[in-house]
Amino acid sequence: MEAFATAATALGDAWGLILQPVVLGYLILGVVMGLAVGVFPGLGGIAGLSLLLPFMFGMDPILGLALMIGMVAVVPTSDTFASVLLGIPGSSASQATVLDGFPMAKNGQAARALSAAFASSLFGGLVGATFLTLFILVARPIVLAFGLPEMLMVTVLGLSMVAILAGRIALKGLAAAALGIMIGTIGEADGGGSLRMATYDIPYLTDGLKLVIVGLGIFAVPEIVALLRRDRSIAKGAKLGAGWMDGARDWFANKWLSVRCSIIGVVIGVIPGLGGSVVDWIAYGHAVQTTKDKSMFGKGEVRGVVGPESSNNAKEGGGLVPTLLFGIPGSGSMAIFIGAVALLGSGDIEVGPGMLKGNLDITYSIVWLLALANVVGTALCIAASGGIARLTTIRFTYLAPFLFMLISFAAFQSGQNFEDLLALFAIGLIGIFLRRFDWSRPAFLIGFVLSNPVETFTNQAFQIASFRFRKSFEEGIEYIFSPIVIVLIVITIVSVFLGVRQAKAIAPEGEVESGSKRAPLIFLLAIAAYLLFAVVNANAIPDYNLTDKIVPLVVGGFALVCCALLLVRMIRRPEGDVIFADKEVAGEDADARYGLWSTLAWFAGLIAATWLVGFIIALVGFLITFFRVRAGATWLQTIVLSAGGIGLMMVMAGALNRDFPPGLLQAAVDLPWPLK
Amino acid sequence: MTTSSFTRRAVIGLAAAVGLATPAVADVDFSGKTIEWIIPFSETGGSAKWANFFAPLLSEALPGQPTVVVKFMPGAGSTKGANWFQEQEHDDGTLLFGTSGSTQFPYLLDDPRVRYEYNDWHAVMASGTGGVAYLNAEDGAGFDGSANTLQTIDFIYGSQGATRLDLVPLLAWKMLGMNVEPVFGIKGRGDGRLMFERGEATIDYQTTSGYLGGSLDLVNAGTAVPMMSWGALDADGNIVRDPTFPDIATFKEVCEATDGCETSGDAWEAWKAFFVAGFPVQKLAFLPAGTPQDVIDTYSAAFQAVIERSDFAEISTKRVGKYPVFVGAGTGEALNQATSVPEAAKAFVVNWLKEDYGVELN
Repeated sequence: MEAFATAATALGDAWGLILQPVVLGYLILGVVMGLAVGVFPGLGGIAGLSLLLPFMFGMDPILGLALMIGMVAVVPTSDTFASVLLGIPGSSASQATVLDGFPMAKNGQAARALSAAFASSLFGGLVGATFLTLFILVARPIVLAFGLPEMLMVTVLGLSMVAILAGRIALKGLAAAALGIMIGTIGEADGGGSLRMATYDIPYLTDGLKLVIVGLGIFAVPEIVALLRRDRSIAKGAKLGAGWMDGARDWFANKWLSVRCSIIGVVIGVIPGLGGSVVDWIAYGHAVQTTKDKSMFGKGEVRGVVGPESSNNAKEGGGLVPTLLFGIPGSGSMAIFIGAVALLGSGDIEVGPGMLKGNLDITYSIVWLLALANVVGTALCIAASGGIARLTTIRFTYLAPFLFMLISFAAFQSGQNFEDLLALFAIGLIGIFLRRFDWSRPAFLIGFVLSNPVETFTNQAFQIASFRFRKSFEEGIEYIFSPIVIVLIVITIVSVFLGVRQAKAIAPEGEVESGSKRAPLIFLLAIAAYLLFAVVNANAIPDYNLTDKIVPLVVGGFALVCCALLLVRMIRRPEGDVIFADKEVAGEDADARYGLWSTLAWFAGLIAATWLVGFIIALVGFLITFFRVRAGATWLQTIVLSAGGIGLMMVMAGALNRDFPPGLLQAAVDLPWPLK
Repeated sequence: MTTSSFTRRAVIGLAAAVGLATPAVADVDFSGKTIEWIIPFSETGGSAKWANFFAPLLSEALPGQPTVVVKFMPGAGSTKGANWFQEQEHDDGTLLFGTSGSTQFPYLLDDPRVRYEYNDWHAVMASGTGGVAYLNAEDGAGFDGSANTLQTIDFIYGSQGATRLDLVPLLAWKMLGMNVEPVFGIKGRGDGRLMFERGEATIDYQTTSGYLGGSLDLVNAGTAVPMMSWGALDADGNIVRDPTFPDIATFKEVCEATDGCETSGDAWEAWKAFFVAGFPVQKLAFLPAGTPQDVIDTYSAAFQAVIERSDFAEISTKRVGKYPVFVGAGTGEALNQATSVPEAAKAFVVNWLKEDYGVELN
């Protein structure tokens, strides 16, 4: 009881600290800055926080915290704009939101989707903070109970969501997920440092592909290209149906789903090492499983927005636990946050176990500043959503060049290499074909996201388990089958069982007509060829580095079996069978005004020109040519729009101290920023 | 040249150089400019902490008070960033680069991916750290200052990789006759400590800041027992107790007390050489090749002003520990110490990595 009395006092002190006008002022300032940064896909909290760091030194701790937390807290809220309106997942927190949010925007319900998302975010953040206020007192032993087998099982639970999102042909979904895992193993292995599908001659590949690039490539590029080909607005008929009040009502109608997903978010956010990568998929899976009529998922089901959005702000709160109690950051922005906290005041606040003893008031201030920032941020976002939703009524040809600009810039920020753009294009191509042939893109992305955790946790848990087994059989069994693991296994089995039964009703790629055998067959063979090559490549790793090859071999082998079964089915089934799904046969893609390749060539042109003359000069040429030739704009329109785009790019990058991709020209001549 | 005479010479130079300031006579002015301090690691590591600590102080001390921003360019364990920096030339003095032990070790071990050359760059600041190894409560209960009772126990250790700074603890434990099995693939030492706290790892080590920030609480709570520190170097290049941990015996003392462990011979010389390269001078700040002397002097004077701040001892102790920060002429000696090991030590380590971990460096 005494602990709770102390906690209550600290909580009172925390509110005393927070509720000062100047603190709230700093918080709002941080929120506004965070929103400005967050609407840019791929930048997120890291860029914003790095910008604030120089000012943190010696700053009054509570003011510095208010500023930083205001900024970090709203990023998972504001990136909802890009994922719902444009189908661009800004961060790992908004990937699942794309699945139903973007189809809603296409149905003219952008404002409704946004306000449902924001209401859920807000509520999730508050539930998270409330839960955390009590939980943080007892969190330490619980966090320590999550060892490697437990983390592996949480990862497997995340992977099991593939069962729900596999699409109409389960084998295709499984193969897509396995392909995602294989793409995720590219580069230097964490264990022994062996190279998979990479060489030191191409240093870019040795670090593997970044999540931002794969997320943008798989979701954003195919959608941008598809919409651009149709040459109309995102919302069919350029009309906005439902307004933001409807979204708030949707959230209220699903408040219990929102509560459950918030709890899922906090609890999984608490586990260090997983970050937020699985949270929104598990929440999405939960939303699907608890919905009676599943026919609308993937086509604009509002529960598919409420679920993940409730979890991802709650997750930020949960993520504070490993950050504050163990000094282990759950994400890049949390890492900067830790560094910045040390700079505050006289440096008395040191994240770690001491946060619960001497600094409980500060800890509570952080928790509730986060919640408060959510409230402020959400209010601003909801206020803006009606206006911003009109973006979906603009003829898409006028939006597309800016989107190509934004995703290229976002991709470049992930690694600061020109190759980032090439990787974006290559993954974008994979995304386009996955979409065309109805292979589940969410399944692919889940595979990719969980590739590294699966591999690391499997290898490490195996090594420690065998160590325990050598001591005694009981110790080994006790280690592997802890109560938490058993519970997680049961949940996973139930979720797979339900998922398999439900998967047929859910079409993550929407309705797709089927056509002739040739194109789907070629795509299948191309994927099988890559998988075979990757397996042979992994097999060449010497046996003493078994940890580096076992996952690619097993997963790659599994994917090849899936491909072989699919091949048999393709040979046996007649043309027009559901297995030969092809968007180019009938439907919007087939009827589109422009061809795939001529549309994609514009994006390729931007990348090629960047390689020659650097991003900004290439962008000038790209925007002007695009508006004149493709959009048929007048010179005046062209110049105004191009100048606007370039100006926006330079203001953002300038304020955040970011560089642009350089080209051959920049290698030869020294140019001033922004041309350098 | 033997390692010890080599070390001694380097250290005498160092000791003489600490505190020597190069007076700034240059009229370099950074008003309105932005200094970019590139760190070839991610935002989560110790180097990020180090640069973020110095950046605002440096900003105040440089003429014109430029903004100093820390940028991260992680990849290939810092090799990517260092290879990139090698290609940079002096422009207007607004580019600074930071390295760590993980940049030094591949360079020392002739890793084929290394395309950078420390001697091309201009070091303007260097700082060191220490490290402490500790045991779990159960195995540590019988620890008597020697590793004799530990030789029959199997330990498990969360490691970032045998060719990184983990080389120093792994080799030390091997010399003590202990059976320590590394679990590779840890992303930072914080993850290693968490693994230890969960009881999955049974032995761990942290650098000074990590030990003070997290492990000390474990020791105070009785769940961890400090085993040894790596020590520090005195003016003659001898390993003495770490001033931050005067009560913890050094590896040298533990080795002397342990049967079969010798503080002479190939293994010892190799361990000492890599310890010297990785800890007493662990992190360095560089200006690129071709930087004119007046810019170098400006930075040297600024870092000198930073360490002369009246509150520097207080604010730095928590974050960088009680270790000398080398500026001015001292950095040259520091760099030399961090980037050279005798051939025999290198050969020993390369062979050991191959035999025990199957690591091929060519």
